[in-house]
Amino acid sequence: MTDIKAQVDVLPGLDPRAPLLQINDLHVEFRTRDGVAKAVNGASFWLNPGETLAILGESGCGKSVTAQAIMGILESPPGHITRGEVRYRGVDLLKLREDERRRVRANKIAMIFQDALSALNPVYTVGFQLAELFRAHRGMSRGDAKNRAIELLDQVHIPGARSRVNDYPHQFSGGMRQRVMIAMALALDPEVLIADEPTTALDVTVQAQIMGLLAELQRQRNMGLILITHDMGVVADVADRISVMYAGRVVEEAPVYDIYAAPGHPYTRALLESIPRLDLKGQQLTAIRGLPPALTDIPQGCAFNPRCGYAKEPCRQDPAPPAYAIAPRRTARCHFFREVLGD
Amino acid sequence: MTDVVLETRDLVKHFKGGIRAVDGIDLQLRRGETLGVVGESGCGKSTLAKLLVGLETPTSGSVMVRGQDMTRLRGGEMRRARRNIQMVLQDPYTSLNPRMTVGDIIGEPFEIHSDVVPRGKRQQAVQDLLDTVGLNPDHINRYPHQFSGGQRQRIGIARALALRPEIIVCDEPVSALDVSIQAQVINLLERLQDDFGLSYIFIAHDLSVVRHISDRVAVMYLGKIVEQGHDVAIYNQPTHPYTQALLSAVPVPDPRLRGHRRQIVLEGDVPSPADPPSGCRFRTRCWKAQPVCAEQEPVLQIRERSPHPSACHFAEINRIH
Repeated sequence: MTDIKAQVDVLPGLDPRAPLLQINDLHVEFRTRDGVAKAVNGASFWLNPGETLAILGESGCGKSVTAQAIMGILESPPGHITRGEVRYRGVDLLKLREDERRRVRANKIAMIFQDALSALNPVYTVGFQLAELFRAHRGMSRGDAKNRAIELLDQVHIPGARSRVNDYPHQFSGGMRQRVMIAMALALDPEVLIADEPTTALDVTVQAQIMGLLAELQRQRNMGLILITHDMGVVADVADRISVMYAGRVVEEAPVYDIYAAPGHPYTRALLESIPRLDLKGQQLTAIRGLPPALTDIPQGCAFNPRCGYAKEPCRQDPAPPAYAIAPRRTARCHFFREVLGD
Repeated sequence: MTDVVLETRDLVKHFKGGIRAVDGIDLQLRRGETLGVVGESGCGKSTLAKLLVGLETPTSGSVMVRGQDMTRLRGGEMRRARRNIQMVLQDPYTSLNPRMTVGDIIGEPFEIHSDVVPRGKRQQAVQDLLDTVGLNPDHINRYPHQFSGGQRQRIGIARALALRPEIIVCDEPVSALDVSIQAQVINLLERLQDDFGLSYIFIAHDLSVVRHISDRVAVMYLGKIVEQGHDVAIYNQPTHPYTQALLSAVPVPDPRLRGHRRQIVLEGDVPSPADPPSGCRFRTRCWKAQPVCAEQEPVLQIRERSPHPSACHFAEINRIH
């Protein structure tokens, strides 16, 4: 029996009625010569079918590490998941054996990366790399697998798919390469797609094409999408909900309309205010003072307190602020969320 | 027109393999002004930057700084003229020598241009520069790796300021930085402009950053300027289809506009600069293209329906936002 899809459906504890994806209190640390870098410090969020969750944050906030932990591709050592759960349909993926984990990857949860050129193998044609998925995971013959590869390239709107299937990654433009990677991620019909900065390396007109393609494919397949990005414009365009990360924690979680209308955490507010806006032309931008903390030395209490205009004594003391329920379906880790919401 | 500090005339740079990176650019920069240059990868904007500061030699055409043709100067004359036009580079991680202290990096221009500041006063001058860009003057003996990305970009800015230039060419100065740090650096550049009366060429692909900082904007496509005008004209009344498509593709950080925003999604990719289309270079991706666009190259000029210069036979105001 070579059809791995069937095997995935008999994972122990799989409950089709359980949430599609649920991350609980995830902790990841990197043990390095310079000390222990706490990259993720209790991240929690969930994802429903057909939904787009944006994970928003700046460099070093732990958003990519979280994605790697969900996918099971965290480099270890130095990375270690020290606590938490990653539940897919009720099954805690962190407790699976590696061979079981492999079956989930690509079949149920797939991922695309920022840099398609380094994510694709330069010495194989894109057709070979796509067909390999069908041969390894579905036991297809060479010929059938190649035909499926052509169909997929067609679905991601690569012109002349029948001939381009024989091209190597370097023969594609940046945007076309990103389409190839999307085709590869979607080959085995995953229920969850994690897109880590998928358009950051692309020009804005190509970005629009790729985001349009992702939205189209998501609709067709009712797929859950986790979009990891630092771009608040892209988020406003496509996300249903947002989790804002800072120093390895989700500091605010809210439906997209609510968060742009009235942010509930000072960091979210500061991020939104630092975007250049038309009505602020000729004025100073509102910059966030200082720098994000080193992950080897995260401040006590709220990690944002040294940069925060709202910070008072309780913010500087452990424990860190809990995730306050500030409105229906909204949480913020700020003791003073009422003041932030009111401003 | 005495307040023009920088001007290019029919500036051309072709590379080996027939790559027409910059293919006939005329621009003017006035004192105290910021001219934004926007365009996508491969449009020639970084080559243009290098031509302006003399890091590339043009194939033809001229770069005039205060009426002096930089491309004809040699030796000492060239060095002296170059003081007036300096550059800030994109990547603060690779544009600073990791083996030099910050003091040596910022002070190096004084070594090359030894008559600007006498030797005994150089350390003080470097410390003043550190202070000017918001860094601690006591950190003069630190190395680049001891600074964050935003701080390194400040070091690059201090180096550009050392010879008290009138003009600074900024090539993607904030695109490697996180948004919260971007805002700090943009604020710094604006303050320095006011304090020192600087003129900026501000090259970037981020249209909202360019709009914030620029007085006038030039839009580049495949080695040419396709539209040019005051920021308000370009952003509110674009007349070239490429500018319109570019503006419409920028995601707006306001979810209420979702689905109400008219988006022009361009088909395909930018053609190779080694083999640009005949006539109008944008015609292969343009929804307005007619036979005339393949035959006749549209000139960058004011047109019946374009109150500012636009290089399109069918230029017409089309509000995007």
